[in-house]
Amino acid sequence: MELDPKVPSGPIHQKWDQRKFELKLVNPANKRKYDIIVVGSGLAGAAAAASLGELGYNVKCFCYQDSARRAHSIAAQGGINAAKNYQNDGDSIWRLFFDTVKGGDFRSREANVYRLAQVSNNIIDQCVAQGVPFAREYGGLLDNRSFGGAQVSRTFYARGQTGQQLLLGAYQALMKQVGLGTVEMFTRSEMLDIVLIDGHAKGIVVRDMVTGEVTSHAAHAVVLATGGYSRVFFLSTNAMGCNVTAAWRAHRRGAAFANPCFTQIHPTCIPSSGDYQSKLTLMSESLRNDGRIWVPQQAGEARVANDIPEGERDYYLERLYPSFGNLTPRDIASRRAKEVVDEGRGVGELRNGVFLDFRDAISRLGKGVIEERYGNLFEMYERITGENPYQVPMRIYPAPHYTMGGLWVDYNLESTIPGLYVLGEANFSDHGANRLGASALMQGLADGYFVIPYTIADYLARVGPARTDVQHPAFDDVKREVMGRNAMLLNVNGRRTVDSFHRELGQIVWDSCGMARNRQGLERALQEIPVLRERFWKEVRVPGNGEELNQSLEKAGRVADFMELAELMCRDALYREESCGGHFREESQTEEGEAKRDDERFTHVAAWEWTGPDSEPRLHKEPLTFEHVPLSQRSYK
Amino acid sequence: MDLILHVWRQAGPTDRGQFVRYEAKGISEHASFLEMLDILNEDLIEKGEEPIAFDSDCREGICGMCGLVINRFPHGPQHGAATCQLHMRHFQDGDQIWIEPWRAKAFPVLKDLVVDRGAFDRILQVGGFISVRTGAAPDANAIPIRKEHADLSMDAASCIGCGACVAACPNASAMLFVSAKVGQLGLLPQGRPEHRERVLRMIAQHDEEGFGTCTNHGECHAVCPKEISLDFIARMNRDLFGSALAASSL
Repeated sequence: MELDPKVPSGPIHQKWDQRKFELKLVNPANKRKYDIIVVGSGLAGAAAAASLGELGYNVKCFCYQDSARRAHSIAAQGGINAAKNYQNDGDSIWRLFFDTVKGGDFRSREANVYRLAQVSNNIIDQCVAQGVPFAREYGGLLDNRSFGGAQVSRTFYARGQTGQQLLLGAYQALMKQVGLGTVEMFTRSEMLDIVLIDGHAKGIVVRDMVTGEVTSHAAHAVVLATGGYSRVFFLSTNAMGCNVTAAWRAHRRGAAFANPCFTQIHPTCIPSSGDYQSKLTLMSESLRNDGRIWVPQQAGEARVANDIPEGERDYYLERLYPSFGNLTPRDIASRRAKEVVDEGRGVGELRNGVFLDFRDAISRLGKGVIEERYGNLFEMYERITGENPYQVPMRIYPAPHYTMGGLWVDYNLESTIPGLYVLGEANFSDHGANRLGASALMQGLADGYFVIPYTIADYLARVGPARTDVQHPAFDDVKREVMGRNAMLLNVNGRRTVDSFHRELGQIVWDSCGMARNRQGLERALQEIPVLRERFWKEVRVPGNGEELNQSLEKAGRVADFMELAELMCRDALYREESCGGHFREESQTEEGEAKRDDERFTHVAAWEWTGPDSEPRLHKEPLTFEHVPLSQRSYK
Repeated sequence: MDLILHVWRQAGPTDRGQFVRYEAKGISEHASFLEMLDILNEDLIEKGEEPIAFDSDCREGICGMCGLVINRFPHGPQHGAATCQLHMRHFQDGDQIWIEPWRAKAFPVLKDLVVDRGAFDRILQVGGFISVRTGAAPDANAIPIRKEHADLSMDAASCIGCGACVAACPNASAMLFVSAKVGQLGLLPQGRPEHRERVLRMIAQHDEEGFGTCTNHGECHAVCPKEISLDFIARMNRDLFGSALAASSL
């Protein structure tokens, strides 16, 4: 396997123009002769499917939900970044590029990030034209806010529902193409494998989640836009159905998986309330603008929050980071919260959270102002916990939220399997070791609207319009494997539920490969996970049969893949003996306990090649060079 | 708390279906309603029975995937929230809870509590969009939009497409859903060129899918998790009248 990032030559600000000119085109009259499969209908998938359909290709789009509109992009709250500089506060494409590379802690590819910053402005134009009701000022122009500690106001937002509105914009563009017949939509359909012919991606095998029927679909190229894998932790902010199956199946067929250990743990989520907890809810990070984070000084404190006097509270972020205080970046805020909870100073019935207190803000600004700023969030919090945050401090705790790692792609977003493209959170390329707030939506739409329509044409023009027959034996082979695997899951007939295994796996990954990792823990996990996986295949119980709507079977297939991914994550984390971004290796820290990067040994992408179920994956390295953003250590002291 | 559940079980679209009685024991008041069903399902699987099929995805009230009729109310007793945002503290020990799927001709039951809402997608396909080619958009600030209009448009756009409005309506009408999309796009200058065709086409598709007509009961608004206003239906009726007149005079 060879990792050729295919970054265009020339100065960085001309690379994308240069590449667009180099890429081959498909004649308008010939586009209808090409079929493209898009898996996933979130921001990246819906934007890609709509744009490709509009260009005249025959597109088939697949999603596991009952409508394309429900993909998990919809849950993003905060906003979307763009370098418009509408606020005249010194923003520029260069600054957005710079911030994103630096925010990613120098583990992303400069050229990709620059392109992302470049097309960010087109995204806002596109979305406004589609009818996305972004927040506006009284003059009728678009409003912006500063987000996630950025020093400029470059975030566009639609109340707390930015992801929803952007997704609905893309979904509506997609529905238009479905109506016009250029896109065929397959809902409640789960991709279970990819089909390669002569090493090229030529189609997928899909299970209809209503009838259970397993079908093959052939195309000239396949696009995966299947999101992240935070559900490997079981508890995360992701939707119940989010999974790694499509990406993992592609990995097993030859797509390298890059930096799997780079995951983002979001600091402001509502802590778990019991062992029945099914997912965690994120509270917007903006709460940290006015809330103060603290825990009692004494471990095992029995008093309720309001009875603890000021002198016995530890505002640990303000103490440790006097200049950034409660606004330290996500990874630091998360790690420090875990530390104090591990010390026994956690709060709440289960002692699994820290306080986020608005008492001082309310007395300084008045309840009205706080209500205006955070009213809907306070309401949401009260609905979930039954506690009123105007009267008692909120309880928060970090939760897995986003995965920077993903399938390796080159500058054209093509994986190591020719003809297989990977977009959005499912790829690894733009966020390095840490993603900045309001950048996930930007990347999903950039990939879908403005990158893939150009780059895929080049591939199609090179392979030519000859169609692959779905009767080709390669499809039968894969289909047989898929059906065999489902039958195996159904036939185990053990005693334990799928969820019980998923929870156990999640706990192992959370403990060993969560906010802070060390050799000992990772090595233990690498022993525990294969044992758990073996037990899964011997003891799981999947009721019902394969020829019907069977939610246990759906979950079982996904958990089986998470079991394999978890091992790769731990292996990658073990290999990366440095702390960077969201990845904190305890052995690699400064004297003050801050993350210590090791640029000499680890300024590269770690891309793993599958070598079989019982053999160790092979590591490939893509060296990273930083010509425009000089390597520097972060400091938030 | 211990609860008695009466859950609608239906093996498939052609099965008649029936209520089945279950007991859920030792449920925490902090658990969500869907987590309570998760617990019950885990028990059922361990006992060798088929778990109850129900839809949910984001479990934070935004994707619109979940939707149960709980004690006769779509999304249950809480106002302005989806089923997944309902917590057990709204119930009491010993309560009997009746759980049903959305019931409407246009939303056929697929299994147990899972229905097919594909009709909503098809309504959008005939006009629920603004036609703009990718890359053909003018600068985002080229068209100023009155803040009041943008805000009102956002009110309409917050619809999550769950279908509770249909489940609550005695006529199984989807007018609140259609009017929210028509309202959102029609309030914006970008949406005006296609506005009249949009209204006519979406309503025609709505009728073809088998949804009933609106007779102003207001049940839809009462159960809407996003509290979409009935004003949007009034606004759409006016638009429909204007669009129909304009179409006939062409």
